Amino acid sequence: MTERQRHQLLEILQADARVAAAEAATRLGLAEAEVAAEIERLEAAGVIKAYRAIVDWDKVGGPHIYAFVDVRVKPEPDFGFDAIAKRLALFEEVHSLYLISGRQDLLLVIEGRDYREVALFVAEKLAPMKGVESTATSFVLRKYKLDGQMMLNETETQRLAVAP
Amino acid sequence: MSDVTVPTRRRVARLVEDLPPSGIRRFFDLVQGTPGVISLGVGEPDFATPWVISTRSIAGLEAGRTTYTSNLGLPELRQAIADNLERRYQVRYDWASEILVTVGVSEALDLAFRAILEPGDEVLIPEPCFVSYGPTVTLAHGQPVPVPTYVEDEFVPRVELLEAAITPRTRAILIGSPSNPTGAVYPLQTMRDIADLAAAHDLILLSDEIYDRLLYDGTAHVCAAALPGARERLILFNGFSKAYAMTGWRVGYACAPGDILAGMVKIHQYALMCASIMGQEAAIEALRRGERAVEEMVKSYDQRRRLLVAGFNSAGLPCFLPRGAFYTFPDIRATGLDSETFCQRLLTEEKLAVVPGNAFGACGEGHLRATYAASLDDLREAITRLTRFVARL
Repeated sequence: MTERQRHQLLEILQADARVAAAEAATRLGLAEAEVAAEIERLEAAGVIKAYRAIVDWDKVGGPHIYAFVDVRVKPEPDFGFDAIAKRLALFEEVHSLYLISGRQDLLLVIEGRDYREVALFVAEKLAPMKGVESTATSFVLRKYKLDGQMMLNETETQRLAVAP
Repeated sequence: MSDVTVPTRRRVARLVEDLPPSGIRRFFDLVQGTPGVISLGVGEPDFATPWVISTRSIAGLEAGRTTYTSNLGLPELRQAIADNLERRYQVRYDWASEILVTVGVSEALDLAFRAILEPGDEVLIPEPCFVSYGPTVTLAHGQPVPVPTYVEDEFVPRVELLEAAITPRTRAILIGSPSNPTGAVYPLQTMRDIADLAAAHDLILLSDEIYDRLLYDGTAHVCAAALPGARERLILFNGFSKAYAMTGWRVGYACAPGDILAGMVKIHQYALMCASIMGQEAAIEALRRGERAVEEMVKSYDQRRRLLVAGFNSAGLPCFLPRGAFYTFPDIRATGLDSETFCQRLLTEEKLAVVPGNAFGACGEGHLRATYAASLDDLREAITRLTRFVARL
């Protein structure tokens, strides 16, 4: 398997995690056994971290509220941002965490059941934490696109059924 | 009561009345009446135009750029086309006098034949081919001369058959590689031989290269203009519909030596004036920023191509792996059905639409055309239906 084929395999799985190894193999022009083995290897190596569904919770009125929180922190000698980032990441409420360039240091995505829960988490857990200098919370009001997936109800454009 | 005069004179010209209806069109009417159909019968990308391209046209509308353009097309677009051809194929066309922007390749073909043919002039056309090639020649008062190609050659023309079809009336050869409907890609040697044949008999070579960007397995496109000695007798056709998913914008172009191009421009300026400025602006953006989108689309077609070809082969319909365009052209002769019966029954019994091979010329009989420019879900379901249908026969 070439590196290009490996990347394409990962793109196939990223677009549809449920694709069968046999189909992925056909699409890449490879043998099923080779692709199945490669997927196992990529899982074991931690390249493929997990297989998940992209859910539009708004459609089922699910209790999932998200907020982006910009955080300025004081880096620590020897550890830089890693130590504090790890301490923050351990909270279940922290959905994603990035080190970013610009005025802020860390960008957290916080997940909660309602706005109050998220606000309280930021006020009572995040802001007072040692090393955290400031926070700025932005609540997500609506998701338009998530992980490359459009979240809007799209009307399908109709191609002619038969065309030259 | 006033006198009613019943028209008695012929009102549709004989040439038009005698023109056979498109085989695709007849099939289209059948499909329209059937709900729940999965269609692999289309000849266009299943992608919407990349948004980076559309936004340029939207900005133009907002700025009030809604006018006619030069008959030849926006200078900026013609320059971009010339640059692109030079960069990609090392061929040089003068943007000011050798490039004409048209309403799709279809218009460009029409202009070309009207510009070069005297009544009765013959045009050699390898078949199976795009449905409009023959009628376009006929409507220009020429005589299309089909030259068969064969599945055992993966539908690459045999140059000796082309040569055998040449008569004193032969004026031109029209080729299309990569091919709609077969997905065939002519090798360099075949292209050279065809160009040499055209030179030896002083014929005009017309090369429709609308699928030049949709190539797989590392296949390189052979641009006819890059062949030794070909450029001076060549009309080159290309456009934006297929590579950039821009079918509805209707923008294509023709490149030709100045005298031929001037003839085409004469017709174009009276018949069409110019291609739409919205389409032309989008085309400029396609050449400027469309590359990433093209690569992503090609990657996606490539995977779906293998999936559909594997589906046909495992259903028992032999299908070679096409190296260009987005069509498969499987062989259905083993089923004992002719292409029209096969396709009609497939449609009524399994609600799967494909196009009978004979719609693309008599030698397409025994085959069907199915596109893989369809979603993976549709392709999977299509393969299931097809397999079930063939097993039942």
